[in-house]
Amino acid sequence: MRSGRYSAWRLLREGLSGHRGWGPAWRSPEPQRHYDVVIVGGGGHGLATAYYLARTHGVRRIAVLERGWIGGGNSGRNTTIIRSNYFWPESAALYDFALRQYEQLSRELNFNLMVSQRGLLMLAHTPHDVELGRRTFNAMRLNGIDAEWLDADRILSEVPSLQPSRFPILGGVMQRRAGIARHDAVVWGFARAADSFGVDILQGTEVTGFRTDATGRAVAVLTNRGEIGAGAIGLAVAGSSTQLADLAGFRLPVTSYALQAFVSEPLKPFLDTVLLSPATGCYVSQSDKGELVFGGALDLFPSFAQRGTPPILEQVVAGLLEMFPTLARVRLLRQWAGCVDVVHDSSPILGPTPVPGIAINCGWGTGGFKAIPAGGYLLAHQLATGQPHPMAVPFGLERFSTGRLIDEAAAAGIAH
Amino acid sequence: MKPPLLASRIEATMHLIPCPYCGPRAEWEFQWGGEAHRPRPDLSADDATWAQYLFERRNTRGPALERWVHRYGCGQWFHLVRDTVSHEVLAVYGVEDRPPDLVVEPTP
Repeated sequence: MRSGRYSAWRLLREGLSGHRGWGPAWRSPEPQRHYDVVIVGGGGHGLATAYYLARTHGVRRIAVLERGWIGGGNSGRNTTIIRSNYFWPESAALYDFALRQYEQLSRELNFNLMVSQRGLLMLAHTPHDVELGRRTFNAMRLNGIDAEWLDADRILSEVPSLQPSRFPILGGVMQRRAGIARHDAVVWGFARAADSFGVDILQGTEVTGFRTDATGRAVAVLTNRGEIGAGAIGLAVAGSSTQLADLAGFRLPVTSYALQAFVSEPLKPFLDTVLLSPATGCYVSQSDKGELVFGGALDLFPSFAQRGTPPILEQVVAGLLEMFPTLARVRLLRQWAGCVDVVHDSSPILGPTPVPGIAINCGWGTGGFKAIPAGGYLLAHQLATGQPHPMAVPFGLERFSTGRLIDEAAAAGIAH
Repeated sequence: MKPPLLASRIEATMHLIPCPYCGPRAEWEFQWGGEAHRPRPDLSADDATWAQYLFERRNTRGPALERWVHRYGCGQWFHLVRDTVSHEVLAVYGVEDRPPDLVVEPTP
């Protein structure tokens, strides 16, 4: 690592010498004329792709292009939840791979991702919720994912601050290994580790087009900083995937929506798990700083605005107050929205595109943060070998013409 | 002084959508009905054509042609030209009408 290895001993040494020896965690290099792999998108997925390309596949000349600053898109706009409580075996394998990586990445990256496996509890408020919850619980167990069914008494003793009124609690599905991780640390940890392998992270570099050779293969990326040759190109740009596909000349089954998130003023600790309440349309966790981090459903129409609309704000806040009426006087500190790439079956798109030389990682919709290690690992495999990883095969673009969709519409717990 | 209720504060900042039959009404009365002017393929079309029609989207960034319905109002369908970045409504036209000249109609 250019910035040196982080450790308690190092902290003590730097502390005694006035913190003058840390050095930047990654460089800001000038673009080279050609790279073996160019990745478009400097969020978690793009930086993780670069890291796994270098570490797992030994690719040395890699660039990550980012229009703004790294982690400034959806990686900086999510609610930091990690979980693998999905329904279909293909999804469970994918998301649990990501969760298992999160469990050990802080050590691997030598960067504290502040992973807190505080559990995620999906509440059931009606007999129908109970049936669906039991179905989720059974599917998770069949997929080999940890899951517990908690009855109402158990839930109220584990989360005593809950004050259900109009929406009684009848039970819930708990995944103890789920939790939260610090979103910026995930971006910075992957960026620092990728940089240590020589990956060029090019911020302020906007893609304006692609150049193809006589066979139709994409061989270069056109940017505001000039043309950059590429042996292979990977796209990891979430809500902007359609616009890059337009530049490359293909269409995607993606619609971009705004997904809002909210942070309250800091409160004393009272909530030590992630709560999800499908019936009230709200999910919430309490950050280490004491702020409530919460969100809910998508905005009602397609948007690239990265800001939310009032009807959903009202609905999500009302949902929070149904669970915790005592929060009625708490004020919001921040509110924002990310531009999420929603696909019909709520499953990601991983693999080659109709343009040879370009592979894609998109379609995570409302749940991309939790999948960062998996998305990066699988796009890296595609770019390095030219073949999809077995775990990624079911998630190829061809599923929209074969009809073999992987319908995870219920997996978010909130109707998206 | 008593602070205004959350609901009324939100009503005051609500995005207005111009229904051609009812006039400007709050956005939550409406439902987005998908991208406009997508001709349905012939029943004998191949799988790839159907996949394009069913799943692929223009997903326009900027002025987009859209179908909307005044779900909690008159229930009528109509078309909007709406900027997906600013959310500004640029034009309204009837459900059977062609888009106005201000936008170039994209390929389906």
